[in-house]
Amino acid sequence: MNQQAPSDLTLIEPTLTKYADVPGSLIAILQATQDVYGYLPMDVMEHIAQRTNTPIATIVGVATFYAQFRLEPVGKYLIMLCQGTACHVNGSELISSAITDELGIEDGQTTEDGLFSLKHVACLGCCSLSPVMMINGKTYGSLTPDKARKVLRGLAEQDAKEGEQA
Amino acid sequence: MDVYDDEGALHRLVRVQAKDAKAIHQAATTGDLSLVDKLLITPEDDEFLQQQTRVALRHCGVIDPESIDDYLAHDGYQAIAKILSDGMSQEDVIQQIDIAGLRGRGGAGFSTAFKWRAARDAKGDRKYLICNADEGDPGAFMDRAVIEGDPHSLIEGMLIGAYSIGASEAIVYVRAEYPLAIVRLTKAIEDATARGYLGEHICGSDFSCTLRIKAGAGAFVCGEETALIESLEGKRGMPRLKPPFPAQAGYWLKPSNINNVETYANVAWIINHGGEAFAAMGTKDSKGTKVFALSGKIARGGLVEVPMGTTLRQVIFNIGGGIRDGKEFKAVQLGGPSGGCVPASKLDTVIDYNELAATGAIMGSGGMVVMDETTCMVSMARFFLDFTAKESCGKCVHCRLGTKRMLEILDRLVQGQGADGDIQKLEELCYAIKDGALCGLGQTAPNPVLTTIRYFRDELEAHITDKRCPAGECRELITYTIDEDACRGCTACARQCPVQAISGAPKQPHRIDPAACIKCGNCKTACRFNAVLVS
Repeated sequence: MNQQAPSDLTLIEPTLTKYADVPGSLIAILQATQDVYGYLPMDVMEHIAQRTNTPIATIVGVATFYAQFRLEPVGKYLIMLCQGTACHVNGSELISSAITDELGIEDGQTTEDGLFSLKHVACLGCCSLSPVMMINGKTYGSLTPDKARKVLRGLAEQDAKEGEQA
Repeated sequence: MDVYDDEGALHRLVRVQAKDAKAIHQAATTGDLSLVDKLLITPEDDEFLQQQTRVALRHCGVIDPESIDDYLAHDGYQAIAKILSDGMSQEDVIQQIDIAGLRGRGGAGFSTAFKWRAARDAKGDRKYLICNADEGDPGAFMDRAVIEGDPHSLIEGMLIGAYSIGASEAIVYVRAEYPLAIVRLTKAIEDATARGYLGEHICGSDFSCTLRIKAGAGAFVCGEETALIESLEGKRGMPRLKPPFPAQAGYWLKPSNINNVETYANVAWIINHGGEAFAAMGTKDSKGTKVFALSGKIARGGLVEVPMGTTLRQVIFNIGGGIRDGKEFKAVQLGGPSGGCVPASKLDTVIDYNELAATGAIMGSGGMVVMDETTCMVSMARFFLDFTAKESCGKCVHCRLGTKRMLEILDRLVQGQGADGDIQKLEELCYAIKDGALCGLGQTAPNPVLTTIRYFRDELEAHITDKRCPAGECRELITYTIDEDACRGCTACARQCPVQAISGAPKQPHRIDPAACIKCGNCKTACRFNAVLVS
């Protein structure tokens, strides 16, 4: 069922040592897991189930309930496009179309080169700057379709340069 | 940024950026203020500030949020110190909150003193005090501002709450989407603990209380208090059946009290100034001030704190400067997915829990999104139903299936596939969901649709009967054309068209091929002569 290479379970050990026996820690453990692996690999969740003596169904149930958790790896740049009310009123749909047009991916998808993932997210709380997107923790506000395209092209160029240097 | 000259006169600078630092330093050292002329506050911006009364946001922008000394220099931790040194009893403190008439700032507006008394009177060896900072309402960022701008006020308010109910452990449930808030609050907790304002024997008294942060994982329903508790316990955030209420059996089934960030941010001010001073502001049933996040098609958006009793018109037109780009005001959305859209005819409604509820909207947590003539109210209602349908936890049938069925109808309407009787069907579903849903999310989910039916029925009917979107927003119902008289033939639109649907020689009027047009709106954005028309 799992076609990827097995995950390195030692990476999550420090978290499990700290939290495995503390009741109510499942969300914190999953958050730490996602920080380490970038997403929640199934084999790691099975390992957490064993170590915390919790049914795997409970763990997957929690993982799929919250918007923060991802069951698939994401691209190098994760575009979080705000779907808040102010962004909606100020044209976030046009930004979404522009990103889809530029990268060829829809909400929840990753580009084939693994560079960009697009995710529609709940209000980022930057309503004065709407419409807004956040890429790897950096906020880009007062977007226009054109401006959004330029940001993406800039990041792609930056990545190409990094590739040459490396 | 405020600059004081040698005579102590204040020069307030606004929209200051890092690149301005050099000029400001020069101006301050040479005394030549003309160097920063362009940054000086304008009369309009001054009006934005002058008409506000800051209680919950009293320190935001004034103190350094990462400095406990700065907070202490502004009456910080004096309220808790006074309570402990004067030997105020739990009831003494709750009495002040009661006199103040403080009601929950998170949405429902329940009496804070009532909740605290219930938690205090509940029997239990261990009690918890929880702060709901899972600010999930799209279009609201008050809590974020308080935590990022004045984290110690939240801590002090929580300490006073914990003392009043007899809790020794306090938890802040913060959205994971607010990383800076978590960083600042973590530092504030460390500093407060180091200075003896958190931990064992606070201020040398017998009162002990610890505080920790729990990062949420992204679920709107966790703003509901029992769902929040489930999430704190590491489970799916699904609401519990009430009763028992959290005051009797909350976190780990122990008596627990939950309030919103803004509610706690008012508490220390009330103790320092007395309940009467707080109650002197506002209306008969709604006391004090309320923070709103003013955004949307507004000229001057941002966080606004006003006394209760201010009218919506004052907030939007006097403080917010009215609508951007000279357009017409259409509606203001209050309370997010649980609230509704208030039309122009109701702009003189005062900010008061009951008055706002009478319009069909709610006070809510403070999102205030302003819309102009180009915003389609049907699309807006669909937007909120799409949100609640996605965020419904799935526990009860009315919410899970009801919101989905409503969304399907609204989806049809915005695509021009509405049918006679759709409005009636929507109304039936609205009342069924209100009656049947288990928690606040479901019970209030129909509000955006109900207010749209109440105030913007003509717009719904235009979508259904004429297959027309009067605001020109719904893609399936509009056509783009070029006004040949206004077009200068600059080719800007043709270059932006992703499907080459625009033809025309340079300096000649252009045309849009309606068969090829995908209605992306790029041409309208690109046109500098307002020649692209939407109908």
